[in-house]
Amino acid sequence: MEQTQYLIVGSSHAALEAISAIRMHDATGTLTVVTRDAHLPYSPTVLPYVVSGKSAPERVFLRDDDFFARNAVSYRPGAGLAALHADSNTAELADGTRLGYDKLLLATGTSPAIPPIPGIDTVSYHVLRTLDDALGLRDAIAQSRQAVVLGAGLVGMHAAENLVKAGASVTIVEMSDQLTAGYFDKVAAQMIEQAFTDNGAKILTGSRVVRLEPSPVGARLTLANGTTLEADLLLVATGVKPNLEYLNGSGVAFDHGILVDDTMRTSVANVWAAGDCAQAKHFFSPTPRVNAILPSATEQGRLAGMAMAGDAGIKPYPGGVPLNTYHFFGRHAISVGSSEAPEGSEVLTRFDEKTGRYLKAIFRDGRLAGIFGVNEFFDGGIMCQLIVRRMDLTADKERLVADPLKVGRELMSRTWR
Amino acid sequence: MGRAYSTIAFDPAKCDGCGDCMTACAQAKTGTDDWARSRIQIVGRGNATQDAIRDAIEDATEKAFELALCRQCADPKCVTVCPAGALAKDGASGVIGWDASKCVDCLLCTVGCAYGGIALDEVSGHVSKCDTCDGKPACVPVCSKGALTYVTTANIYNEVGDWEDLFAPGLAGCQGCNTELLMRHTLRRVGPDTVLATPPGCVPGMGSVGFNGTTGTKVPVFHPLLTNTAAMLAGVKRQFKRMGRDVTALAIAGDGGASDVGFQSLSGAAERGEQMLFMVVDNEGYMNTGMQRSSCTPYGAWTSTTPIGAGCSAGQPAQGKTQDAKNLPLLMVNHRCAYVATASTAYMEDLYAKLDRAIEASKTGFAYVHVYSPCTTGWRFPSDQNMEVARKAVETNFVMLWEFTPSEGLRFSRSVDDPLPVTDYLKAMGRFRHLSPEQIEHIQGKVVENSKFIQRFSEQAHGG
Ligand SMILES: Cc1cc2nc3c(=O)[nH]c(=O)nc-3n(C[C@H](O)[C@H](O)[C@H](O)COP(=O)(O)OP(=O)(O)OC[C@H]3O[C@@H](n4cnc5c(N)ncnc54)[C@H](O)[C@@H]3O)c2cc1C
Ligand code: SF4
Ligand code: SF4
Repeated sequence: MEQTQYLIVGSSHAALEAISAIRMHDATGTLTVVTRDAHLPYSPTVLPYVVSGKSAPERVFLRDDDFFARNAVSYRPGAGLAALHADSNTAELADGTRLGYDKLLLATGTSPAIPPIPGIDTVSYHVLRTLDDALGLRDAIAQSRQAVVLGAGLVGMHAAENLVKAGASVTIVEMSDQLTAGYFDKVAAQMIEQAFTDNGAKILTGSRVVRLEPSPVGARLTLANGTTLEADLLLVATGVKPNLEYLNGSGVAFDHGILVDDTMRTSVANVWAAGDCAQAKHFFSPTPRVNAILPSATEQGRLAGMAMAGDAGIKPYPGGVPLNTYHFFGRHAISVGSSEAPEGSEVLTRFDEKTGRYLKAIFRDGRLAGIFGVNEFFDGGIMCQLIVRRMDLTADKERLVADPLKVGRELMSRTWR
Repeated sequence: MGRAYSTIAFDPAKCDGCGDCMTACAQAKTGTDDWARSRIQIVGRGNATQDAIRDAIEDATEKAFELALCRQCADPKCVTVCPAGALAKDGASGVIGWDASKCVDCLLCTVGCAYGGIALDEVSGHVSKCDTCDGKPACVPVCSKGALTYVTTANIYNEVGDWEDLFAPGLAGCQGCNTELLMRHTLRRVGPDTVLATPPGCVPGMGSVGFNGTTGTKVPVFHPLLTNTAAMLAGVKRQFKRMGRDVTALAIAGDGGASDVGFQSLSGAAERGEQMLFMVVDNEGYMNTGMQRSSCTPYGAWTSTTPIGAGCSAGQPAQGKTQDAKNLPLLMVNHRCAYVATASTAYMEDLYAKLDRAIEASKTGFAYVHVYSPCTTGWRFPSDQNMEVARKAVETNFVMLWEFTPSEGLRFSRSVDDPLPVTDYLKAMGRFRHLSPEQIEHIQGKVVENSKFIQRFSEQAHGG
């Protein structure tokens, strides 16, 4: 049986950061990367731009073969992990190959969650997670006249905008009563919704699809209120679920994702997990959560790599902070931190109707908990530090809300530059 | 081997918030005067708007201004979070470059960077960041206050790093001592065709003469007495000449060995114009034998033989050294040596330029380089502060950087105008902690006197 010191499963952000961290500390230990995907590494986040045509698919790769050669990494695309035999430190791949490891990182990310709508398996639909998905969707969008997007999260909204711009009539169906919930509040969501409806899209929030069936156009959707919709293109973007099928019987503990400690170690010896598939410490919650965003994946991947290589410089994970940036119809929105405002917290907002600039900041005990802007640029990285460092901003709150860009930089330069 | 890179450095104490750098950047990068589009951002403390910054210039106090500028990180977070591969570190320049043709304007990099180093330019709709203008930053030369400098010392490390290190690995210096840096750099630069003399002091103590029968250098090295270094080296050099071999005769000596008992042979060799390069590593005392005072120890300094506390020496105010230091490099000027220079490891480019001239001069005459070398152990400061102490010595005019040749006279290689108060230097270390206000006044007076004295040399040299 082939043996490798470090085995990394997955080839996206968490995996790539782990490779760097391992190589920073251990230049020679044998390192193997197996990934289900058939391509060189790329980011799922770039895919909406592949769909829109802004990114050329052959230019989205984050690493090339030369990188793996220089770093002495054996890179194996098209090699999915099928089962983990943690008791014997062995990984079993989809083609039956077995690989022995000393240390294993699970960075398998997520896949689209497919809602259990009756009839969903009788119609054809698109999802967006892999490059192949993106190429398929890109071609389908060019043909589409009437499209339906299920789910008004950021993935669905992005695709809906592409569809609108491609000239299709688009309906977005969202179960909850607000779009982009979790990242943006009602006011911001309203601004986003307005931009979409101004551009001709239809948004049905608080709507549930109860049945799907094939139709001459493509698919027919029936909503809970009895309305039906016809779609020649159906995109399912109702959320994600971590890829964990290979865990069965391995003994690795999981809940929504793989449970990890402050250095990304799982419940089983010699196995770490990072990124979207991991359920790690959360900055705003007493219990671990899956924080399925790119910056968390890189940070966790880095930590896991350091822990695996035995890098003494490792610092425990401070906990995931929700972060997002979003572009829509030439406008932008940034969200950093928790949008929840429990009792006792102080919420400062400002809204300028003329410029459409909206800003909201939430403070708890004089410390920043979250800051959200539409058309109002600020340095998200600085805000995130203010949150993680729990800096007392009692004296600077009003100034920060008045000019988050300048005041944030001032605080940064004074404190950690 | 890893590369070092040039960087834009900011000294908030010197910034008065004029914003000239932002104007220069905005003009260079956007063709406008819009400060918001500048990639270097000076932020006034407590002042949020462009006008307010201008107002704040009125009452600018120390550190009233802050900076947001890309640091061209070694471990750039912006790059790791970019989903499009649009950001990458250039291996040669160290600059984090942005590829407009790959960028998808997602703004994730602005969330990744904790320094405000990459931000949205609302006019262009794209992110923008400092690219150091291909190594010629537009902002630096327009800063008339000296708050911005472009530190290019890295070039030295990159060039010299490829040359052979002629000292053994693992010298036994004190933690944080800069002498190892000096030894390795000097010998690399002088090269393999060298005979090295290292009289008793920290340099052989660190291992130049070696252990267990092998030398600590890859060039011939010998260990003369404190008293006869220059004489022995002169003889060795003459013998090589007689044999027709072109070698550099190099001495690396301490200030004790040069200014006290070694002075007669040093003075003699200089007077005879012996062809050698004599480098003095001045740590202002006999540090390796237990920190005794030398004639280069400054007034007021604690050493083990100039102690502090009651009843130390009869009739003296028991407060460190009671005499002023001898100015050895000036004495060497009065020998009309082919080349005399003072240097500091906090100014490596200057040190290198001087080494080049000294090597050249040593082919025909006596070259003397005096390097001020803070001693972590004997001067009592934390081991990570060596360069800072060395820099403060120069910035306060406690020591001055200059060079001299008989034909060109004396020239300052760093301006002595506008020095910081000498207390900035004194408070950086423990050996001056006990000083009385009168002693500090004495030292400040001496600094002024010394700088006037040396300035007179330089003025005469220029016919002034
Ligand atoms: C359309 C879209 C837009 C997004 N936009 C944003 C955004 O704007 N901001 C943001 O922060 N995040 C965004 N995200 C989320 C972000 O892309 C993820 O958080 C990030 O990619 C997580 O990285 P990861 O390495 O944990 O996992 P993933 O990127 O999911 O990668 C998982 C890897 O594991 C491999 N793999 C999976 N299963 C197996 C197996 N059994 N065996 C072997 N290999 C396997 C996959 O091939 C892949 O290489 C977006 C995601 C999508 C899909
Ligand atoms: S933009 Fe920020 S993270 Fe990127 S190199 Fe500059 S300072 Fe570092
Ligand atoms: S804005 Fe451009 S450079 Fe920044 S992370 Fe996104 S794609 Fe990369």
